[in-house]
Amino acid sequence: MTLAVDGTEHTVDVDTRTTLLDALRERLGVTSVKKGCDHGQCGACTVLLDGRRHLTCLSLAVAHDGAEVTTASGLGEDDELHPVQQAFLDHDGYQCGYCTPGQVCSAVGALDELKEGHPSHVTEELEGEAEPTEEELRERMSGNLCRCGAYAGILAAVRQAAGEQEVAS
Amino acid sequence: MTATPITARSMGTSLDRQDGREKVTGHATYAVEHPVDDVLQVWMVQAPVARGTVRRVDAGAALAHPGVVRVLDHESAPRMPADDDRDLEYSVLQDDRIRFRGQVVALVLAESSEAAREGARLVRVDYAEEPHAVTMDDAEAYAPESGVNGGHETDYADGDLDAAIHDSAVVVEQTYTTPHEFNSPMEPHGATALWDGAMLTMWDSTQAVHAMRSTFAPLLGLGEEQVRVLAPYVGGGFGSKGGPKAPDVAAALAALAVEGRPVRLATTRQQMFSLAGYRTQTVSHVRLGADADGRLRGVGHEAISQTSGFKEFAEQTASAARMLYAAEARSSTHRVVPLDVSVPSWMRAPGEMPGMFAHEVAMDELAVAAGIDPVELRVRNEPDVDPETGKPFNDRRLVECLRKGGERFGWTGRTGPTRATDGDWWVGTGVAASTYPTLWMPGNTCRIEVLDGGRYAVSIGAVDIGQGARTVLTQISADALGVDPSAVDLAVADSDLPVATVAGGSAGTGSWGTAIVQTAQQLRADHGADPEVGVHTTSTTEEYPDMEAHALHSFGAVYAEVRVHRWTGELRVPRLHGTFSVGRVINPVTGRSQLLGGLVMGLSGALFEEGWRDPRYGHVVTQDLASYHVAAHADVKDVQAFWLDEEDPLATPYGGRGIGEIGIVGTAAAIANAAYDATGIRVRDLPLTADRFLG
Ligand code: FES
Ligand code: FES
Repeated sequence: MTLAVDGTEHTVDVDTRTTLLDALRERLGVTSVKKGCDHGQCGACTVLLDGRRHLTCLSLAVAHDGAEVTTASGLGEDDELHPVQQAFLDHDGYQCGYCTPGQVCSAVGALDELKEGHPSHVTEELEGEAEPTEEELRERMSGNLCRCGAYAGILAAVRQAAGEQEVAS
Repeated sequence: MTATPITARSMGTSLDRQDGREKVTGHATYAVEHPVDDVLQVWMVQAPVARGTVRRVDAGAALAHPGVVRVLDHESAPRMPADDDRDLEYSVLQDDRIRFRGQVVALVLAESSEAAREGARLVRVDYAEEPHAVTMDDAEAYAPESGVNGGHETDYADGDLDAAIHDSAVVVEQTYTTPHEFNSPMEPHGATALWDGAMLTMWDSTQAVHAMRSTFAPLLGLGEEQVRVLAPYVGGGFGSKGGPKAPDVAAALAALAVEGRPVRLATTRQQMFSLAGYRTQTVSHVRLGADADGRLRGVGHEAISQTSGFKEFAEQTASAARMLYAAEARSSTHRVVPLDVSVPSWMRAPGEMPGMFAHEVAMDELAVAAGIDPVELRVRNEPDVDPETGKPFNDRRLVECLRKGGERFGWTGRTGPTRATDGDWWVGTGVAASTYPTLWMPGNTCRIEVLDGGRYAVSIGAVDIGQGARTVLTQISADALGVDPSAVDLAVADSDLPVATVAGGSAGTGSWGTAIVQTAQQLRADHGADPEVGVHTTSTTEEYPDMEAHALHSFGAVYAEVRVHRWTGELRVPRLHGTFSVGRVINPVTGRSQLLGGLVMGLSGALFEEGWRDPRYGHVVTQDLASYHVAAHADVKDVQAFWLDEEDPLATPYGGRGIGEIGIVGTAAAIANAAYDATGIRVRDLPLTADRFLG
């Protein structure tokens, strides 16, 4: 099967049992996606799959032949960090860093979903724009656990990135 | 020479986290991510019985599965040298004994993780089962003979507690419990390992590269020079990676079995709950007796916890009761119940976390019983000297933490449950004190070499598990040498570097930092202010902190606001403030993250964390992150950490004390006390689940 990962095309042999996560980490050596639980319970394995955030531990690789995967490693342009990554640095939105690539991908995906007007569990109005309030961002980032407890920094980072996105558009 | 205090230049400023870019891009490589070719994946097979023997391991079907290369069991695994005193937790696959359900009984090595996992499923093991003891009622508690964790005495008594309680006008006697809790770092334990016939190299998820080496070399019959442990990035640990665990040993054995081929062992999240240590459940009987004005006459704390029967770990739950408040009579004891279960170990603030939950909820109860504001009650019981040792404190500023923290939080004082409401929510506030001893480990060695262009190479085998060692040790080095941090090339996380102690006990930075300062000062003494390129100095610390003359501790005050839903019992924590006295904070940004991390883990323990054992076999049934809940984004609202502006030259030459653990200590008590203020319901058992507030 083929996978485009962070802009590079790969052809890879997988077992039918191989998850997308293990195809990336163990077959292709792409370790910018992390494994925290292998059960869809922690968010460490979050990537953008064809532009949407996705838990790679919960899907079989064979179901995604030809897919485009973006990990934290592929978010920035050349040597430049993505604004979300810069915001994590600015607000110390991490400690050990193990959940971080997943948090970063999740934040990029969540901000896109907000922009497109997708409601969340805490959105008051189901129609129209959803605002990037603290409550919205906390809710939308709750699939990504951080055992180091860097939530305050992560929230500040995602808010900063949301603000920049607003200014840019 | 002994280090002398240094002047802060870089310290106190927020130097960027030195490994931040690698972390946000995903380029930081953790233990099992170290790139190696031709790797074999290792899967652990675990025992389904709690006690007994392995009769026979049939690997036939496993070996027939495509991709499976080897199966190791207690007969075929590499032998450790005979040693009657071998630590039985590390004695992986060396005999046929089963000591707990979940113990490693075989390893499957395969070309892919899918094959290794399927192979593990196909291994057939016959067991002879024996009767076992797995609940607290199944065995007799005993008093640990050689003290409890942290170097504390098992029992302590000063004065006549019974008489003091008898003479008291106000008495609180209650029992408090905390459940099994699991460190659950986001990066599961694991290792990549390679035995090339002469040298065992391990890229390991550990908090202590040298402790790994010094344990592994004799365990495996190798010389220390034949073992190298590297831990460039470690995805948290909170104590569980403080020493080797069975998966590390299993990875090493697998590597030894396939000379020349690297192996990779990643513990699954489920396996983490049986092979990576945990905080045991604790039961605390607390007795407080005071005069009508709240002055304590007696403090008693009897703590019971659980240990595994084959390796003792005794949580020092009742230790803080010995030094926290002035009272003429204080007594504190520890008992442990030995069970056929996995080995407990360190989890962030062992002892202080569960013990201070009990103690500080009891203090809140005493405040209510005496009709005194809980802050005022603590202030009235402030001791002049350390009640336990009789020594003066280095710089006890608990009262200042309580006052300043209270001011910021908007604490106005109260004498009973407020039971304020806001719509369908009860709203309350609570307070608790925190304390953590300043530990310090001798025997750290640092090497500093003068490089070209005014640069210095500083080497020490410290480990950065997220606390920010790479960053703050760069700052300490810079100030010790009197240079800019950009002139420091710091090397850490490799056992080939000079010997360093564990990143744990809130003692990593202090112990390593003292070695760095001492070596920098030795370098200057030997080679002057402008040394030649290539000269170097190595030195080892024997002493620094003023342990003889002073009792060294940190303190803090945690304030919480809690809302409890009157119909569902749901509990939320909209505000959580910690104010700490921890000496100099080397880097305000990474320091704040450390303290916030402690507060968040305390909140998590207060609200969610609870491990359950199956009473039939003693294994943990809440063995994943869907059934063992930890705090998520939506649970963490306004959490803030503050600290007093201070420095403590008695503790370290750079003036700081450890900050990794104190944040967790008083947090659960503050939240429980706030829940009482909101509802009038006193919960004495963690976690504070919704059912406690209903009916
Ligand atoms: S590894 Fe996929 S959600 Fe945890
Ligand atoms: S930074 Fe360590 S788990 Fe999030």
